[in-house]
Amino acid sequence: MFEYLKIAWRNLWRSKRRTLITVASIFLGVILCTLMASMQEGVYAKMIDNAVRFYSGYIQLQDTAYWDHKSINNTMAWSDPLYNKVKETHGVKSVTPRLESFSLMSNGDKTKGGAFIGIDPEKENAISNLSHWVKKGEYLNSNDDGILLAVNLAKYLGVGLGDTVVMISQGYHGASAAGLFPVRGILEFPSPTMNSFGAYAEISHAQQFFTANNRITSLVIMVDEYDQVNHIQRNIKSQIGDAYTVMNWEELQPELVQMIESDRGGGVIMKAILYLLIGFGILSTIIMMLSERRREMGVMIAVGMQKAKLSLILFYETILIGILGVIAGFAISIPLIYILIQNPIPLSDKIAEAYIEFGLEPIIYFDASLPVFTDQVLIVFIITLIISIYPVLNVARLKLSKALRS
Amino acid sequence: MSVINIKNLKKIYNDTGVPVNAVNGIDLTINEGEFTAIVGPSGSGKTTFLNMLGGLDKPTVGEIHINGTQVEKLSASKLINFRLNNIGFVFQAYNLIPVLTAKENVEFIMHLQGKPKKEREARTKELLTAVGLEDRMDSRPGKLSGGQQQRVAVARALASRPRFILADEPTANLDSKSTENLLDMMEKMNKEENITFVFSTHDARVVKKARRVITIEDGKIVSDERKN
Repeated sequence: MFEYLKIAWRNLWRSKRRTLITVASIFLGVILCTLMASMQEGVYAKMIDNAVRFYSGYIQLQDTAYWDHKSINNTMAWSDPLYNKVKETHGVKSVTPRLESFSLMSNGDKTKGGAFIGIDPEKENAISNLSHWVKKGEYLNSNDDGILLAVNLAKYLGVGLGDTVVMISQGYHGASAAGLFPVRGILEFPSPTMNSFGAYAEISHAQQFFTANNRITSLVIMVDEYDQVNHIQRNIKSQIGDAYTVMNWEELQPELVQMIESDRGGGVIMKAILYLLIGFGILSTIIMMLSERRREMGVMIAVGMQKAKLSLILFYETILIGILGVIAGFAISIPLIYILIQNPIPLSDKIAEAYIEFGLEPIIYFDASLPVFTDQVLIVFIITLIISIYPVLNVARLKLSKALRS
Repeated sequence: MSVINIKNLKKIYNDTGVPVNAVNGIDLTINEGEFTAIVGPSGSGKTTFLNMLGGLDKPTVGEIHINGTQVEKLSASKLINFRLNNIGFVFQAYNLIPVLTAKENVEFIMHLQGKPKKEREARTKELLTAVGLEDRMDSRPGKLSGGQQQRVAVARALASRPRFILADEPTANLDSKSTENLLDMMEKMNKEENITFVFSTHDARVVKKARRVITIEDGKIVSDERKN
């Protein structure tokens, strides 16, 4: 095998310029595709992280009717044993209760609808680090009767710290819900969507407001390891039975998953076009190589080399071109991506505005998860594998007497 | 003892729709240790005959027996192995593998045979010394003269210890001195190791050295002359 590998390697350098051009095309393709994948995955990871931390958690436990009909009437009773059972499940990092519904928020002649979320300030902070995003005022304490208001909502309503917001909603089982809540703090999140999201209140005051004493809409669960989510979800389900619905973040945020998948699909098309061009580049090199060496191949078979062994040499040549391109590409893209991870690219002007309009953080994050790199290796390997069929067929069809005359 | 036995060999090409009899009924026996030249004008069928003799092309009709094996009946894969172990080839344009050194070119054949490294190295050294290239073992073909390349080709042809060597116009691209050297070397191997040589040639110097001269015209043997 080593002998054939040696011949293949030397054959590559018979036409240095041609080999270098082919390797350079793979090199550029790998750099572009790695950067593209790293950027996509970095942005997705940030979006998921934001969505999971600020909103859904990795897993949620709800009343069985709540997901299909998100009404205050489909809440569940708070239960210490249930909370403890979930909290003690292996892999669960933290758990917090939430009571969440829609409410109209008003100040003077300004009114806007938004989410009104009752939280346990301490437990919530352990999950979403909510206090970190209080840009003005203070975070809620354990028996606070005030609210934290998202910055864009506060701006719209024209309220500041200490001002009172009127809340009107529907309470539990048809009760009217109305209340006055002083603004304790203004929240400013990295995600523009979250900045218009709504208001947070201490959970017992929220329960009082909705006349939903001791009731919650969900238990929000964070896990130690992201890749253990499904396993932990199954464990919780098996412990609590069918009395509650247990959903993971993908089920809770299908729009986000769909958006990521469709965006990823767009990336796949881009990469496919790029790799298709690279593939044709490699193929043209192989075709040239074969036509130049037709007689030589004939001689090798004539003196006693089996066609399969000759095909193996040509296969090695194709694969070696791919390996060289990938190594060269990684030599540049790996350090580059690590620099970009440390220094995400902030967007400015119109592009930043467009990102904010789409509810995205105007910063390009990068990711160095293994698939960003292994995918490129796999794709180049598959391309070279497909291309290597051509020389194998060519050798199989080689007419010895004609090849020797060529 | 015969090495090659050919019966009623014919090759008919029908590429243009008009049948052409390139080889038209050859019967021939070549004995072990013969030093044979096959001559004839261009288009006489020499190369076609030699290709069939070397198992590089299949006859339309007839039988070729080499060392008792009916060559044209072998499958493609078995035929390649047969050539590897029984026939040494020397081509007009040397046809060495350009990316391998002289030593590696000779060793390559034994590598295909699956010979152990030690044996390969010893035989390669012995052969390249025999052809006078012991100081050029690590040179690639591009760095060797035509005569030197053809000597490497002869060493390569001998590497597998074949029963006979088939040489297609081996001196066509060589100057007089190189031709003389090559012929002397081949004659020496023929005499000392009793290796059978069959040449196709136009070269009078080769014909002069040959101890048997077979003339082909229009795909048939028109004369078969043995010298004393």
